[in-house]
Amino acid sequence: MKRFIRTYLFSLDHKMIGKQYLITGLLMSLVGGYLAYVFRHQLAWPGSPVPGYGMVGPDQYNGFVTMHGTIMVFWVAMPILLSGFGNYLLPLMIGARDMAFPRLNMLSYWTFFLSTVVLITSFFVPGGPASGGWTSYPPLSDQPGFTGVFWGGHLWILAVALEFTSMLMGGINFLTTTLALRAKGMCLFRMPIFVWMENIASLLFMFSVGPLIAGAFMLLADRLVNTGFFMPSAGGDPLLFQHLFWFFGHPEVYVLLLPSLGILAEVFTVFSRKTLFGYRTIVYATLVAGVLSFVVWAHHQFISGMDPRLAAPFSVTTILISVPFAISLFSFIATLWGGSIEFTTAMLFAVGMLAEFMIGGVTGIFNGSAAADIYLHDTYFVVAHFHYTLFPVTFFGAFAGIYHWFPKMYGRFLNEKWGKVHFWVTALSFNVIFIPLFLLGLAGHQRRIFDPTVFDYLAKYQHLHVIATFAMITMLLGQIPFIANFIISIYKGRLADRNPWKGTTLEWVAPSPPGHGNFENDPVVHRGPYDYSLPGRDREWVSQTEE
Amino acid sequence: MLGWFPENISTYGHGIDHVIQVIYYIVGAWFLLVEGVLFYFLIRYRKKKGVPAVYEPGSTWKALLWVFIPAVLILGFDLGIDWAQAPVWDEIKLSLPLPEQVVRVTGRQFVWEFVQAGPDGKLDTADDIATVNQLTVPIHAKVQFELLAADVIHSLWIPNLRLKQDAVPGRTIKGWFEATKEGTYPIACAELCGSGHGVMKGELHVLNPVDYQRWLHETVH
Amino acid sequence: MKIAEANENQVPLWRLGVWWFLGSEIVVFGGLLACYTLYRFHHPEWGMEAAHTLSWVGAINTVVLLTSSLTMILAHERVEQCDLSGAVKFLGITILLGLLFLSFKGYEYHHEISNGLLPSKSLFWSFYYLMTGLHGLHVVGGLIANGVVWQGLKKGKNPHRIESVGIYWHFVDVVWIYLFPLLYLASPGGAL
Repeated sequence: MKRFIRTYLFSLDHKMIGKQYLITGLLMSLVGGYLAYVFRHQLAWPGSPVPGYGMVGPDQYNGFVTMHGTIMVFWVAMPILLSGFGNYLLPLMIGARDMAFPRLNMLSYWTFFLSTVVLITSFFVPGGPASGGWTSYPPLSDQPGFTGVFWGGHLWILAVALEFTSMLMGGINFLTTTLALRAKGMCLFRMPIFVWMENIASLLFMFSVGPLIAGAFMLLADRLVNTGFFMPSAGGDPLLFQHLFWFFGHPEVYVLLLPSLGILAEVFTVFSRKTLFGYRTIVYATLVAGVLSFVVWAHHQFISGMDPRLAAPFSVTTILISVPFAISLFSFIATLWGGSIEFTTAMLFAVGMLAEFMIGGVTGIFNGSAAADIYLHDTYFVVAHFHYTLFPVTFFGAFAGIYHWFPKMYGRFLNEKWGKVHFWVTALSFNVIFIPLFLLGLAGHQRRIFDPTVFDYLAKYQHLHVIATFAMITMLLGQIPFIANFIISIYKGRLADRNPWKGTTLEWVAPSPPGHGNFENDPVVHRGPYDYSLPGRDREWVSQTEE
Repeated sequence: MLGWFPENISTYGHGIDHVIQVIYYIVGAWFLLVEGVLFYFLIRYRKKKGVPAVYEPGSTWKALLWVFIPAVLILGFDLGIDWAQAPVWDEIKLSLPLPEQVVRVTGRQFVWEFVQAGPDGKLDTADDIATVNQLTVPIHAKVQFELLAADVIHSLWIPNLRLKQDAVPGRTIKGWFEATKEGTYPIACAELCGSGHGVMKGELHVLNPVDYQRWLHETVH
Repeated sequence: MKIAEANENQVPLWRLGVWWFLGSEIVVFGGLLACYTLYRFHHPEWGMEAAHTLSWVGAINTVVLLTSSLTMILAHERVEQCDLSGAVKFLGITILLGLLFLSFKGYEYHHEISNGLLPSKSLFWSFYYLMTGLHGLHVVGGLIANGVVWQGLKKGKNPHRIESVGIYWHFVDVVWIYLFPLLYLASPGGAL
C-alpha cells in the first residue's frame, strides 16, 4: 500500500508526474466534451431535453459554455501539452535523471489536482458554476447580482489561481532543469525542438500571467470586499481587465501551440526519416514570435471601446507575428521534402494538425484585420477560427504524442489499426462540426446565445447547427476506440523495445519504460538531434549518443 | 462566400464586405497553395522500398530561401491587406460625420433603450422620443449614436448595417451609420451579458422621409 | 543514486530556481503597479486620499525593512566566513525586524479601519489594501522561510540556503521601496 502511494500518487518521478498530468487532462477533456455535447444539443434542438442531462436553461447554457472554455484551455490543453508531455519527455530528451526539483514537481501536480477539485466543486454549489464566459469580463463577472452566480464565481477565480500557481511551479522546474541538468555534450543547439518549445512556452507563461494574477486579485476583491477596481461607479474601468486578460491571453495561445509544434517536429523527423529543415531558423523564429506575442493583445479588443486609433499599430504587430510562424510552418513542410514518409497513427495526427491548423491560421487574418473584425467579432466565425487553431493543437498534437511515445511510457504499442480509425473519425467529424460554424458566423450569428431560433435571420440556418451537433456526437463516439485502445494496450499491447521507431533523440536510448533515474548510464551526446539518412553511414539513423 | 452575408443596407457596409472578400481570395489562394504542396510532398515522398530519404538540414541561405521567400511574400500580402482595410476602419470608427439625426443607445440587461432627438434635433429636450428595442431612422440620413451601458458590457449588433460596437459601463462611445434601404432589420447583442443575452433583441425600422415625418409627428403628439 | 545533480558544475540549481521564481513574482507586482499608476494619472484627487496614510509610520517601516536587508547581508557574510553563530544572530535580527514591520503595518491598518478608511471607501484605498496586503503576505512568507533556515542554522544544517531566502527578502524589500512613495508620498493634486 505504501509502495503504491509512493509510486502512483505522491511520486517524485517526473515520468509518473507527467502521466498524472496527462491522464488528468484526458479525463477533464471528457468533462469538457460532455459540456459541449449538452450545449450543442441545445443549439441544434432548442428547448428539447438533452439526453443524459435534461432541460437546459439560459443560465445553465452560459455556465456550461464558460466552463467548457475554461476546462479545455486550462485543464486540458495546458496539463496535457505543457505539463504532461513536458514532464515526461523533457528530462529524458536532455539526458537528465529527473527534474531539478522533484518535490516542487510533485507539489505542482497536487496543486493542479486541488484546482481541479475546486473547479469541479463549482458545478455543485448553489447558483451553479461561473457563467461570465471563459474570459470573465467584468462587470458581468464582477458583481454576483449580474449573473446570479455567487459561489461559482469565487471558486472559478480560486481554481484558476491555483492552476496558474501549479503551472508556474512547473515552468520554474522546466527552465531550471534545461539550464542545469543537460547531459554532457548536450549544448543548447543540440536539444530536440520539443525541449526548446517547452522552455519558450514556460517563459511566455511566466512573463504574461503575472498581470492577470494581479487582475484576478482585483476581481476577487471586487466580489468579496466590495472594492470597485472594475466598476465604473467606483471610478474603476472594465476595460482594464480586458487588457490584463489579453496581455496574458495571446501569449497563452502560444503556450499551447509551441509544445504541440515540438511534438510535430519530433514525429515528422522520425516518420519521414529526415533531419529537421532549418533547426536554428525554427528556434530563432519561435523566439521572435514569443517576444512579439506580448504586443499584439489588443487585436482581441478592436471594438471593445478602446481608443479606435490603437487598431492600426496592433494590426501591424499582428501581421508581423504571422511571419515567424509562417517560417516555422514552411520549415516543417520542407522537412517532408525528399523524405521517406511512413503514415503511422502518430504521423497522421501530426500531419492532420498541420493541415487543420492552417485553416485556423488563415482565418485569423480576417479577425486580425480591424475593418473585417467589425463584422466578424463575437460571431461564430471567431468560434470556428479558434477551434481550428486550438483543437488541432490540443487534440491532434496530444494524440500524435500519445501514439508516438506510448511505447516509451508503457513498453507496449497502441493498436495501429484502431488508431487509424480513431484518426479518421476525429479528423472528419472535426471538420464537419466547425465548417458550418464558419458559415453561421458569416451569416452574422453572434456567440453565446442559447436559442438561435429567436432570431429570424438565424433560424433559417438552423440545419447547420443540427449538422454540427451530429458531427460532434460522432466525434465523441470516435474517442471510444481510443480509450479502449489506451487501456487494453497498457496490459495487452504488442511489446516494444527501447527504440521502436528508430529515433535518434535520447529518450529512445533509455529502456521502455525507463526506470527511476531514466538511463542505465548517463548518456553522452555527440551530435544534433535529428541525424536521419546521414550520408556516408550504413544505418539510416544515428543516435545522439553515437560518435 | 458573400452569399452567406445578410443584405447590406449601410453606406459603409460594402467597404467591410469588400475587405472580407479581398482577404478571402488572398488567403484562399495561399491556403490552397500551401496545402497543395503539403499533400504533394505526402504523396510524392511516401515510403517506398529502396528509396532512401535525402539529407537536407536547411542550414544554408540557399536552402532557406525556400521558406524565406514565401514568408516575405506573405508579409507583403499581409501589409497589403492592412493597407486596404485601414481606410474602411477609419471611415467607420474614426470619422464622425455631421449628424442629421442623433440617438442615445443604452444597453441594459436585457433590452436596448433608445432616446432619439425629437423635431428640434437635440437630445435632452422635452420632445425626446424614448423607445425600447425599437429604433426608427430615416433613410439616407447620417445617424449619430451615443452608446452607453447601464450595467454590464453589451455590444450593439445590427448585422445588416455591418455595425458592431461594444457598450461599456462608464463610457460614452460615439459612432454613426447611414441606412440605404427601407425595411425592418434585426438588432441583437453580441457580447455575453447574462442569462437574457440570447433574447436581447430589437428592431431597426428604416423609413423613407415621408413616412419618417409621419412617424415622428404621431410619436411626439 | 542521487537523482538531481548538476552534470556540469554550473550555477547551483536552487539559485536558478529562486531567480525564476522571482521573475514570475516581479510580473505580478509589476502588473499591479502598472494598473495603479495608470489609474493614478486619471485620478489626481487620489493625492488627497493619500494624505490620510500614516506617512511617518510608513517611513519608519521603510527604515526597518532596509535595515533588515542589511542584517540579512551580514548574516550571509557570516555564513561565507563559516561563522554560523554570527549568522544565527543576524538572521534572528532580520526576523525580528520583519515582525516589527508587520506590527507597524498592523497598527496602520487598525488606525485606518477605525477611521472608516476601508478598502471599499474609494479606489485608492482598494489599491492601498490590495498592494500592501499582498506585500504583507510576502513578508509573512519570507519570515516563515527565514525561520526555517534559522532553525537549520542553529543545528548547522543547510547554511547555503541563506542565499535563497536572502535574495527573496531583498525582493520583498525592493517591492516596498516602490509601494512607499506610490501610496504614501504621492502629493495632493499632482499626477504623481
